[in-house]
Amino acid sequence: MGHNSIVYICIQFVQPLPLFAVPKSRYSSFMDLTVTDLSCSRGDITVVSGVSFSIRAGHTMILRGPNGIGKTTLLRTIAGLTPAVCGTIRPSTEDIAYAGHQDGIKGPLTVYENLRFWARVFGTADITPALEAFDLMALVERPAHTLSAGQKRRLGLSRLLLTGRPIWILDEPTVSLDTENVGKFTAILQRHNKNGGSAIVATHIDLGLKQSTTLDLTAFRAGPEVSHNPFLDEALT
Amino acid sequence: MIAMLRRDLALAFRSGGGFGLSLAFFLIVVMFVPFGVGPDSGVLARIAPGILWIGALLASLLSLDRIFQLDFEDGTLDLLAVSPLPLEGVVAMKALSHWLTTGLPLTLIAPLLGFLLNLPEGAYGWLFVSLLAGSPAFSFLGAFGAAITVGLKRGGLLLSLLVLPLYIPTLIFGSQITTLAVDGLDNATALAATVAISLFTFALVPFAAALALRVNLR
Repeated sequence: MGHNSIVYICIQFVQPLPLFAVPKSRYSSFMDLTVTDLSCSRGDITVVSGVSFSIRAGHTMILRGPNGIGKTTLLRTIAGLTPAVCGTIRPSTEDIAYAGHQDGIKGPLTVYENLRFWARVFGTADITPALEAFDLMALVERPAHTLSAGQKRRLGLSRLLLTGRPIWILDEPTVSLDTENVGKFTAILQRHNKNGGSAIVATHIDLGLKQSTTLDLTAFRAGPEVSHNPFLDEALT
Repeated sequence: MIAMLRRDLALAFRSGGGFGLSLAFFLIVVMFVPFGVGPDSGVLARIAPGILWIGALLASLLSLDRIFQLDFEDGTLDLLAVSPLPLEGVVAMKALSHWLTTGLPLTLIAPLLGFLLNLPEGAYGWLFVSLLAGSPAFSFLGAFGAAITVGLKRGGLLLSLLVLPLYIPTLIFGSQITTLAVDGLDNATALAATVAISLFTFALVPFAAALALRVNLR
């Protein structure tokens, strides 16, 4: 017993060393994303309500709906940026990686420095796979403010590969990408699925993914009534 | 966490901006005082500690709105909020890097500017010590104000109004450290109070500011 626990402690110490780190090809656990009876609000207004769906590990869900229906609000709620009005989301936000409209890129830093920062935040040792996946190798020394909009988007998306998280929440990821890079992005998404990762993608274009389902948010539009603000009610009466 | 600090420092040095601006502002404020008050060296020596403290306070106020605003605008703050880093830690590191790029340079240059104001001889060391003890509180209290006003257009003005009253205790005790030393009185209480305020802000501000940020990111 005592001997075993010493060995165990030794393993605990050895594992974090980069020398022994094995490049992760698959996610450590297969996770289904389950959303139950979720209502989301933007400001005081509930925009969508009663949203329930489940995405099995290795699958992608395409989120559709007209402008202003609440796609971004739903995604921000699932990512954990906005608290839900009611409903449950599983698993916790620690397994969810989010990429929104803005890429969070620092202009004065180079492409390499931008990615290295996020790699350190997420405890990832090697950023080369992320650079290669989005064809950024030729740009590593460039200050990020000299990149084009499409290149910035690719840099923003490559951050997803550094998170090592199995569930991706993507809000219009293909904006400002050309046809060729949309194809590359789809391939990366498919590889992510093959490795057991899942994704929600809000998009208006057809990505041509095989293992995907579609959810149209129009059906979950919340009623026109504004949720009550007790302070305002009191002030008005 | 260290990565966060290193990134913020790299950004501060590379984009120029706040780093040199605060120092230049401090220099100008202090140099203008003799023009306004007149060249009477007795008067100047009397008010020097207070002027230097107010100058340092206003100079560190200048770059406060940059602590979170830039990260908010380019979406970095969203990404940090859902990253493995605790938001409280992010706030602490950002306040620390603000102090390293404004408070610390101001502290280092203050004795030099004290010379311009005819600061009494024994006071240079105390001026340095008092700013070293008090200026971190400016950065941390400022981070709290910046977290509340992040996302507001022209939030900088509101930020000043919110934060300046919170600076009063630090200003009172901090400038007293030097003034008492000049008069040959015991300044241990004032020094202890200044350090206590700084330590209090280290302990409290990261949590309060992180809470404010979470509300503003909704």
